[in-house]
Amino acid sequence: MTEPETEEVIIEQPEETISEAPARSAAAVMAIAEAIIFVSDEPITAKTLGEIMGEDKQTVQAAVEELQREYEERSGGLQIREIAGGWQIATRTEYHEEIRKFLKTRPSAKLSLAALETLSVIAYKQPVTVPEILEIRGVQSASAIKTLLEKRLIVTKGHKETVGRPMQYGTSKDFLIQFGLNDLSDLPSIEDFEDLTITALDQQ
Amino acid sequence: MEPQQQLEQFVFDFNKEKPEIVAESRDELKIKLGEFAGPLDLLLYLIKQEQANIFDIPIAKITDEYVKYIKLMKSLDIAVAADFVVMAATLIEIKSKMLLPRDPTAASDADELEDPRKELVDQLLEYEKFKSAAQMLYERSTVEQAVFKRGTIESDDNNAEISATVFDLLTVFQKIVLRHKEEVTMEIEREEISLADMIKALRKRIFAELELNLLTFFEDMHTRRELVTAFIAVLEIVRTEEVKLVQKTTFGDIFLKKVEPASS
Repeated sequence: MTEPETEEVIIEQPEETISEAPARSAAAVMAIAEAIIFVSDEPITAKTLGEIMGEDKQTVQAAVEELQREYEERSGGLQIREIAGGWQIATRTEYHEEIRKFLKTRPSAKLSLAALETLSVIAYKQPVTVPEILEIRGVQSASAIKTLLEKRLIVTKGHKETVGRPMQYGTSKDFLIQFGLNDLSDLPSIEDFEDLTITALDQQ
Repeated sequence: MEPQQQLEQFVFDFNKEKPEIVAESRDELKIKLGEFAGPLDLLLYLIKQEQANIFDIPIAKITDEYVKYIKLMKSLDIAVAADFVVMAATLIEIKSKMLLPRDPTAASDADELEDPRKELVDQLLEYEKFKSAAQMLYERSTVEQAVFKRGTIESDDNNAEISATVFDLLTVFQKIVLRHKEEVTMEIEREEISLADMIKALRKRIFAELELNLLTFFEDMHTRRELVTAFIAVLEIVRTEEVKLVQKTTFGDIFLKKVEPASS
């Protein structure tokens, strides 16, 4: 009888000492998570939030998902979403015009067609080498790759262990952020892009 | 058929050749040419324009059309033109193969029986997928540009440390090498510092200062050889992961920071 009693005492202690060791309500977890997500300048994971708040990952994840539902129901100017593997508060797309008027910014320079094509090859085939990109695009992509590196949309991913040990490329976290992706699996399958109009044998 | 004549047709003299397309459509073509991302892009356009069946490309017609466009491209960047010319050669080769009669005495080799267009068709179909995927990415980025995050908070600049890539490092190094070029130094031949010693010195400095501005470090080098040794020392020390490269602002100065040995 003594042993179980001792164990029980240990478990009960936190409540008795009224320390700041949290036994928070779900609402409190939601509120704190919301505040931290707002302040974070990068998308923040439920894991990191959990570490900061002293809560476990699942609790936080559930709380933030509930928060997301509230945001959606509210139909306000903000949304909360998962991007590049973390959570982020951002404005809704509907209001971008008014926001631009306020910020007085213009949309940033778009990538060239060549850069976009190179990026799509890298995104889908990573890690991929320059000769492999050439095989698909039929064009030397050196300047496109340089642009993509400068914009931090792609990064080097080691060397391929074949003759010449060519450099391999893959996409970066900034790529996910700029294209609104949570992770690479959010990309539609490349097979979905088969052009059925061109492969239709009936040309009429 | 007349392979000789065809060969001459495709020897480009960009100074003498004149575009054959009539004036009214030339402008439209010129605008369209600027938009092609490569020879495959152009080929797909031509095939669609001819309403050709991609699995049975009328290779003679398509090659002719392609070559007409190439001639118009003499005003474009030469680097682009090279890739287009390579494709022209490929098309001509395929066209020739299609014209040659099949050797009846040849063993039924798989290669012999294969349609000479097959490889090109496979490449076109594959490319087409990535072209469409690129369009999808473009649309995604447009949507994403309509999404905004909060304005900057004071702590942003202080904390944000972007890992510098070797690419950024090279950019810094390039700057310094250019600067050095301008200095004319009369150097008395001196003993050059070895890579091992350079690494030791670098390590000592970082451990003492905890954070070292690369620009400052490189500027201390007096000769080109020392500069190169210094650069290699930086790469080496980053490779052994005793230090990491950070950039506090995009395109800002790069710092070497000592890596904390404890679990991160």
